[in-house]
Amino acid sequence: MPPKPLDYESINENVKRSQYAVRGELYLRASELQKEGKKIIFTNVGNPHALGQKPLSFPRQVVALCQAPFLLDDPNVGLLFPADAIAKAKHYLSMTGGGLGAYSDSRGLPGVRKEVAEFIQRRDGYPSDPELIYLTDGASKGVMQILQTIIGGQGDGILVPVPQYPLYSATIALLGGSLVPYYLEETANWGLDVNELRQSVNQARYKGITVKAMVIINPGNPTGQCLSEANLREVLQFCFEENLVLLGDEVYQQNIYQDERPFISAKKVLMDIGPPISKEVQLISFHTVSKGYWGECGQRGGYFEMTNISPETVDQIYKVASISLSPNVPAQIFMGLMVNPPKPGDISYDQFVRESKGILESLRRRARIMTDGFNSCRNVVCNFTEGAMYSFPQIRLPPRAIEAAKQAGKVPDVFYCLKLLEATGISTVPGSGFGQKEGVFHLRTTILPAEEDMPAIMDSFKKFNDEFMEQYEDHRGYSRM
Amino acid sequence: MAASFLMRKSSAVRFRNLFNRSIAVLPNQHQIHHHPIPPPSSSSLSRFFSSSSPSMASSDSPFPVTVHNINPKVVKCEYAVRGEIVTLAQQLQEDLKAKPGTHPFDEIIYCNIGNPQSLGQLPITFFREVLALCDIPSVLEKPETPALFSSDAIERAWSIIDTIPGQATGAYSHSQGIKGLRDTIAKGIEERDDFPANPNDIFLTDGASPAVHMMMQLLLRSEKDGILCPIPQYPLYSASIALHGGSLVPYYLNEATGWGLEIKELKKQLDAAKKDGISVRALVVINPGNPTGQVLSEENQRDIVKFCKTEGLVLLADEVYQENVYVPEKKFHSFKKVARSLGFGDKDITLASFQSVSKGYYGECGKRGGYMEITGFSPEVREQIYKMASVNLCSNISGQILASLVMSPPKVGDESYELYRAERDGILSSLARRAKTLEEAFNKLEGVTCNKAEGAMYLFPQIKLPQKAIDAAKAAKTAPDNFYCRNLLHATGVVVVPGSGFGQVPGTWHFRCTILPQEDKIPAIVNRITEFHKKFMDQYRK
Repeated sequence: MPPKPLDYESINENVKRSQYAVRGELYLRASELQKEGKKIIFTNVGNPHALGQKPLSFPRQVVALCQAPFLLDDPNVGLLFPADAIAKAKHYLSMTGGGLGAYSDSRGLPGVRKEVAEFIQRRDGYPSDPELIYLTDGASKGVMQILQTIIGGQGDGILVPVPQYPLYSATIALLGGSLVPYYLEETANWGLDVNELRQSVNQARYKGITVKAMVIINPGNPTGQCLSEANLREVLQFCFEENLVLLGDEVYQQNIYQDERPFISAKKVLMDIGPPISKEVQLISFHTVSKGYWGECGQRGGYFEMTNISPETVDQIYKVASISLSPNVPAQIFMGLMVNPPKPGDISYDQFVRESKGILESLRRRARIMTDGFNSCRNVVCNFTEGAMYSFPQIRLPPRAIEAAKQAGKVPDVFYCLKLLEATGISTVPGSGFGQKEGVFHLRTTILPAEEDMPAIMDSFKKFNDEFMEQYEDHRGYSRM
Repeated sequence: MAASFLMRKSSAVRFRNLFNRSIAVLPNQHQIHHHPIPPPSSSSLSRFFSSSSPSMASSDSPFPVTVHNINPKVVKCEYAVRGEIVTLAQQLQEDLKAKPGTHPFDEIIYCNIGNPQSLGQLPITFFREVLALCDIPSVLEKPETPALFSSDAIERAWSIIDTIPGQATGAYSHSQGIKGLRDTIAKGIEERDDFPANPNDIFLTDGASPAVHMMMQLLLRSEKDGILCPIPQYPLYSASIALHGGSLVPYYLNEATGWGLEIKELKKQLDAAKKDGISVRALVVINPGNPTGQVLSEENQRDIVKFCKTEGLVLLADEVYQENVYVPEKKFHSFKKVARSLGFGDKDITLASFQSVSKGYYGECGKRGGYMEITGFSPEVREQIYKMASVNLCSNISGQILASLVMSPPKVGDESYELYRAERDGILSSLARRAKTLEEAFNKLEGVTCNKAEGAMYLFPQIKLPQKAIDAAKAAKTAPDNFYCRNLLHATGVVVVPGSGFGQVPGTWHFRCTILPQEDKIPAIVNRITEFHKKFMDQYRK
């Protein structure tokens, strides 16, 4: 009998260790149920267009013209495309060396990177170098590339918030590195405490881990909190003292639903602090076309900007980027359009603003509806979604529910979420997929279902939850505190 | 292990050593920054610790991330296709822009990379029509649309949009790719091979390269795991093996027999690797070959499949050039078809086949579209592959759509068929002519022999460099083929990649040149290279 070349036992252990709950057990079960005909509301992933959000018109028109440049010569082109879209398509095509079908520079089209740099400069008030901006097939690819550069093995640690978006834990596991958790404080609105950071770092070092980088997700995912300027200063100071690269995941920077803490980029705060810190702290900032009010997840467009990274290291990062040849060109154009949107006076400006505002204002309302809806449920406590796209309510599971979960061989929040799914069709991601304090349970849902569907969804959830709690609480209504 | 490599004389071992030589890592990976005292329990104590103990990394630089302490696998890997020579070319290009006339040529001609549309090849109109319509699905219903788009493009766009949940082309799809598109691709594979294909075996990826990376990540547990790779090879393989911490086990293609792949060579290298304690996991075959351009005979392929079954190797079949075959005596046969023709099913052979939208006659490199079809993997392993794919959520939708179009182009009778056929045949026949013209030109050069490009997009001529040139290269502290390529670039503006970027029998020298510049530019390129070569040989001949 010839030897089997590949079986479960003989594959890379790191692959086995790596987990990504966003498309894990709950999602797979939801997909099964959907195939069986059950109506499923997928709130497991930040995927706006899948829940009815429409793409912005102008960027789609521009990219369509870039896909089919022969249209530009067609006398009928004005029947379907406004003049400014036509002009923009020509503008972006002129940046390419052969249209959308040619590999671009491995870092992305220089013209688009320049536009990104200009955007960053306008946003922050400090210059940005296009040479240090790399476009990637989604921010996720950029995160993976950077983590791959940093992590050599188990001895390399990355400080990651808990709860976190599991791209980080999954990638660190795949690369064989060490995840060094720092806990966000739920009772303080998922606040970040520098003392907690210090403790985490010290504990890691005691175990012999070299902590090399710190991840912040701002606005947070799944937690939604927006960091204050003071907090960012503390973090940067901390990175300076502890000699850490700061990885700033800022993909939700357009999604802000309160006015007390507008978005400030880590780069701006770093530059504001001034030398020596502004010249020494290494920072890599990530952004995307998938979130914000664009929601163009399927394009896979993103970038990272490097600050204070030495030329030799940049060369190595370039080398790894070059192996994949180039990021996809249509998404690069989406990125250019995102950082350089229609201006007042442009033909498409009014429509663009109307569409964008409509989306953002609705998201703000939905953030409120969902938070309030969860807080009206028995044994559920939910921090307000200050930003990003998610709600992360805490579900206080009674001891008997936890016992039932154990009997079923499931982690308690997975048990709850599966029951929720089967009762209501709402597909969420259990908090254990993001990390949480021991014995505290959450679930993550998105705020993306259509506004008109929200009340029914929240009612459906409340009905399920309150019945669940009724079932598993003891007679005196004691619940796990 | 390094010592035992150096003791052996065989070129394969020397070559393997070249690829797998590890960079000395500074011993700071496990450095403890503080005295080994139990972690402080109060916050004030931790502040005290941090401020009193030095927390700088062991390297002299103040920065936490420097070339000395980044992932050594990143430092080790190489990718010559966009390496040194290209950087040099870009500098020269800047020169030309800033100060025209400073060089003996007007323009840089990039023959380093298989990037057809950057050198004037046009995309297939039908494909672009459909892609544009999928970007703006709202126009599908408009009465004006038929004035701008062909009716079958509109129809195809409709059918694609309808398979996308919510008609949302901007949403993350299923992590393997949109089901309806995988159905189309599976059907296309069936039509090509006459054997069934299962859409659940297909993973759509951002180009074929990420799929290769996934397989390497899956297969390589440590340096003790090896992958058999052809020499010469496309350096994605050597780079990804290095990045994922494995060992490349080379097998030499035989230049004397048109880059033939011999089973006895496979066996020899496999056995030698095993003796060195390497667990060889898979065999990479690139067919048609890159950089070598040979198209395997069906018999050869059958032997390869049987070899993999006997030796328990996963077969990684890079078939991205399947539509680039230029000689009537050869035909592309997929490894899946060959395996099934032998009566081999999922229990007999574990196979991953890679296809891309970047090559063929479509040349859509910038779209990053491709897929792998995996067969013969156990359900548990498939679950792990799915999990890896899910971390990146999905590949770009436009690329997915294009992959489905490539595998199901217009058929006879479709409105767009004539134009599609003309465009396709035009491109392929031109490629065949350019392959011939350049091959003949290279063979006329003194000391140069060049095998035919039966397929793919490259020529890989061998140059017998005179000793004087080799000495000059040494003095310039660079490999002889790199020396030749640099000189070629400076004299002609033509960018090619030195053979050392792909691997070659030690002591032989090659370079890879694409056949992609437009046909009307080819005579000028040939003249320039011929003139340069003569001067070079005059200078360095004995």
